[in-house]
Amino acid sequence: MKIGVLALQGAFREHLQTLDAIGVDGVPVRLPADLDAVDALILPGGESTTMRRLIDRWGMREPILELAASGAPVFGTCAGMIVLAREIAGQEEPILPLLDVTVRRNAFGRQLDSFEGELNVPVLGDTPVHGVFIRAPVIERAGPDVDVLATLDDGRIVAVRERNVVATAFHPELAGETRFHRLVATMASEHADPGEGSGRRPHPTRRARTPR
Amino acid sequence: MTVETSTWATRKGLAQMLKGGVIMDVVTPDQAKIAEDAGAVAVMALERVPSDIRAAGGVARMSDPGMVESIMNAVTVPVMAKARIGHFVEAQILEAIGVDYIDESEVLTPADESNHIDKHEFKVPFVCGCRNLGEALRRIAEGASMMRTKGEAGTGNIVEAVRQLRDVNAGLRRLHSMREDELFVAAKELQAPLDLVREVARDGKLPVVNFVAGGISTPADAALVMQLGAEGVFVGSGIFKSEDPARMANAIVQATTHFDNPAIVADVSKGLGAPMRGLTLESIPEQERLAVRGW
Repeated sequence: MKIGVLALQGAFREHLQTLDAIGVDGVPVRLPADLDAVDALILPGGESTTMRRLIDRWGMREPILELAASGAPVFGTCAGMIVLAREIAGQEEPILPLLDVTVRRNAFGRQLDSFEGELNVPVLGDTPVHGVFIRAPVIERAGPDVDVLATLDDGRIVAVRERNVVATAFHPELAGETRFHRLVATMASEHADPGEGSGRRPHPTRRARTPR
Repeated sequence: MTVETSTWATRKGLAQMLKGGVIMDVVTPDQAKIAEDAGAVAVMALERVPSDIRAAGGVARMSDPGMVESIMNAVTVPVMAKARIGHFVEAQILEAIGVDYIDESEVLTPADESNHIDKHEFKVPFVCGCRNLGEALRRIAEGASMMRTKGEAGTGNIVEAVRQLRDVNAGLRRLHSMREDELFVAAKELQAPLDLVREVARDGKLPVVNFVAGGISTPADAALVMQLGAEGVFVGSGIFKSEDPARMANAIVQATTHFDNPAIVADVSKGLGAPMRGLTLESIPEQERLAVRGW
């Protein structure tokens, strides 16, 4: 099982290092052909305007949408979350509209307002997640099929999942936080090889019942 | 949730988000829009690009804060601005108007002949220039959260940038191969704090992102420094002093992303028109060289 990290611009190396830390093969993805070998894709932080430009220029849009449609997990952090949103506040065209949310760019202000703090993410267990928010976006509207994974104290949404698509406004890859990557790796291995849990099968040592 | 703003992680982290990207010098909001549309990850707002500063001579200072603000209002990408080396009041002014990064830059005339700005005192992050590993480590010790090699700004000549980048990286490799008991003398020779030297020797890399600046004027230049280990590039005069700035800007962005794919670098290099006119280093008198500023 291999997880691709979109390596057009931004903090893709940090994601590859996080994958390495949990023993998962990560591969940089720059061109459509690079997607053939991957079972999941991570969209890193960076500048979403730059990524939009590079995704368009090298024809990455359709192949990524196809990968997502096949059920492969897609995980976006920060700019990656903006890339995945169906709506971007301020009427910009969406880039890869895979998440039914409205996202606002630079929602907390400029760089001086960038911050870090502990977040509760119940789906990852009781230990809080250390959230690093850098010129971060926020989700202003989440559609009915979107699971909210984390909010700030004021209720603003900063992590979501909709079926095979996961997104965070913050940077787990900068905080030594591996649980999101583990979650995505689990989803990816289920996608790559549905295996035992995917259907009802007899226990291997079960004897045929003799009807009484 | 207790929240802390402008931490080391967020200051250094913004530079990490700029990696693999191109930061472009712009002098007007219109140029800033062109740069953003071409895929710049950030813009450097200043009154004159380095080649014009070089031509104009005299004392080069921080740009008009009103002009920097007009550029901040024009684009959504981060906006950087330059303060003179050691001029902490210019830095305070830039922090007050809320720029996203300050470049304590040798391109402007230094304000202090021995001290750089104490960058730990600021909430806004700083990028600083360096020519070698020692300079880089001293700037990081002063609180810089991003580095760039200086090159020789405004020349359109890549030779200094290449020399300095190779120098920094050779220094890192040398440090990484040293025995623990050799690091004391290494710190003395680098004129850098021992703790920082130890950390860098262990990791074999700088604790902050390192870009290349000064002399990049073609897509091939950008790809060259990326292959040599730069994490991104600053392009000053190279874009808006070329014949077709929008095309040149876009081509340099593409070449920075696909730096190890010669077919793509070739493709984007076609039909760009004339790049900026360059200067050989020999034609610049010693006292007019910018890279030697900073200590």
